[in-house]
Amino acid sequence: MANNYYDAADLRKFGKITEWSEELGNKFFEYYGKVFEEGALSAREKSLIALAVAHVVKCPYCIDAYTKDGLQKGITKEEMMEAVHAGAAIESGATLVHGVQMMNKYDKLSM
Amino acid sequence: MATKSLKARQDELAQTNKQLEILDGGIFADGELPYFKDKISEIGHFPLRPKKLEILQINVGYMCNQVCEHCHVDAGPDRKEIMTKETMQQCLDIIKTTGAHTLDLTGGAPEMNPNFRWFVEEASKAGIKDFIVRSNLTIIRANKKYYDLPDFFKKHNVHVISSMPHYTRGKTDKQRGDGVFDKSIKALQELNAVGYGMPDSDLRLDLVYNPSGAFLPGDQMAMEKDFKKALLEDFNIQFHNLFAITNLPISRFLDYLIASENYEDYMYALVEAYNPAAVANVMCTNTISISWDGWLYDCDFNQMLGLKVASKVKHIKDYNEDILNDRNIIISQHCYGCTAGAGSSCQGTVA
Repeated sequence: MANNYYDAADLRKFGKITEWSEELGNKFFEYYGKVFEEGALSAREKSLIALAVAHVVKCPYCIDAYTKDGLQKGITKEEMMEAVHAGAAIESGATLVHGVQMMNKYDKLSM
Repeated sequence: MATKSLKARQDELAQTNKQLEILDGGIFADGELPYFKDKISEIGHFPLRPKKLEILQINVGYMCNQVCEHCHVDAGPDRKEIMTKETMQQCLDIIKTTGAHTLDLTGGAPEMNPNFRWFVEEASKAGIKDFIVRSNLTIIRANKKYYDLPDFFKKHNVHVISSMPHYTRGKTDKQRGDGVFDKSIKALQELNAVGYGMPDSDLRLDLVYNPSGAFLPGDQMAMEKDFKKALLEDFNIQFHNLFAITNLPISRFLDYLIASENYEDYMYALVEAYNPAAVANVMCTNTISISWDGWLYDCDFNQMLGLKVASKVKHIKDYNEDILNDRNIIISQHCYGCTAGAGSSCQGTVA
C-alpha cells in the first residue's frame, strides 16, 4: 500500500468499490450515470457544476475527472475557471454569512 | 510547437518498429491491460475480417505546410514522400473498376502534390459517388497558387473535409501552430462564399474535430451543435457535419503522450471506453488505404505503422479486390482508438 493518502491511479479503480458491496455499488453507478445524462440541463452544464462542486468538496479525483470531462466536452479553460469561482464564491459566502450570526451574538452579549 | 517531423529530427519514434514495441509492451505485456486481440476475441471478432469495400483512401504524400503536434502521419514541410504521376495513373485504373463508392484523398496536404489537380480532374471523371479531399484549410491561404482551390473543388464536385480542432483561437493554434486559426477561418469563409457548407448546398463541407490533448472526444452531436453555434455567431461560417475523431496513440501523438507522461492514462481511458458495438463497423472493415508509393494497408494508421495488408496482393500494381477482401486485418493496441466510446473513423463515429 502506498504511503500517502491520495494516489492519482486510484481513480481508475473507482469501479472496484462494487466488489465489496455489489448491490449498493451498482445502484450508485447507475444513479451517477443517469445524473450526468442530457436532461433539463445539458451534459455540458452538469459537467461544469460537477467541476465547481469537486473544488468545493476538495476531491482531487473529481477535479482530475471533471477537468478531463470538460476538455472532452469542448469546455474552455475560461469557462472552467469561472465555474471554480462560482464554487469558491458560494463557499466563502457561506463563511461570511455566518458573520451575521457573530454580529447577532456580539450585540446580544454587549451592553 | 514542433517545426520538424520526427523523421527529420531522427527521433527514435520515427521508426515504426519502435512504436509497435511500445504498443505491445509495458502495461499490455505485464497484463495490466488486455490486448486488443483478446478483447475482440471475447465477442467473436478475431480475426477481424473485411466487409464489402466501400472506401478507397489514397494518401498522395506526407508533405504538409503544417507540423501539427498530434499528426499520426508525422507530416510536415520536410517530408519528401510524394505520390508520382505513374502511381496516380495506377490508382486511376483501379478507381475506374472498384466497387467502392467513396474515394478519399488524404496526405499530408494532398494539394501540395504537384499532380494533385490533374489527379482530381481525372478521378472525377470515373463517376465515383462521393469524392473526398481532406484539406487542412490553411493550405488554401498558404500561397497564391492555392487561392483558387475553393473554385477548383467546386468545379469537380469534391466533398471537402477539413480539420478544425476547436472554435476558439487558443486551442487551435496550440495544436496546429500560430496563425492556423485565423487562416482556417478565412478559408472556411471562402469555401462558404462559393457555396460549400451552406444548408441546402450539394457542395459538402464537413469538419473534423480531434482533441487537442490527452483526452477523448466528447459526444459528436453535442460538439457539432457547439461548433455550429460558435462559428456562425462569431464568424458567420456554416458547415454540414462535424466528425469527432479520436487521436490514435501512434507517431507524433504517441511521442506527445510519452513526453507529457500521459501515455498510460490515455491507454487506460481507451481500454475503459472500449465499446464492443463499435468493433463491427471499424473503418478497416470497409476501407483500403493506399500509400504514396502504392502499397496497400488496412487503414491510414496501419500505413503509418508500416503494417502492409496480410494478403497476397500487397501493392497497387497487383490490385485485385476479391483477393484483397479475403484477408485478416492486422491489429495492435492502437486499434482501441477506433473502438472507444461511440467509435472513431475518418468518417466520424461508427457505433
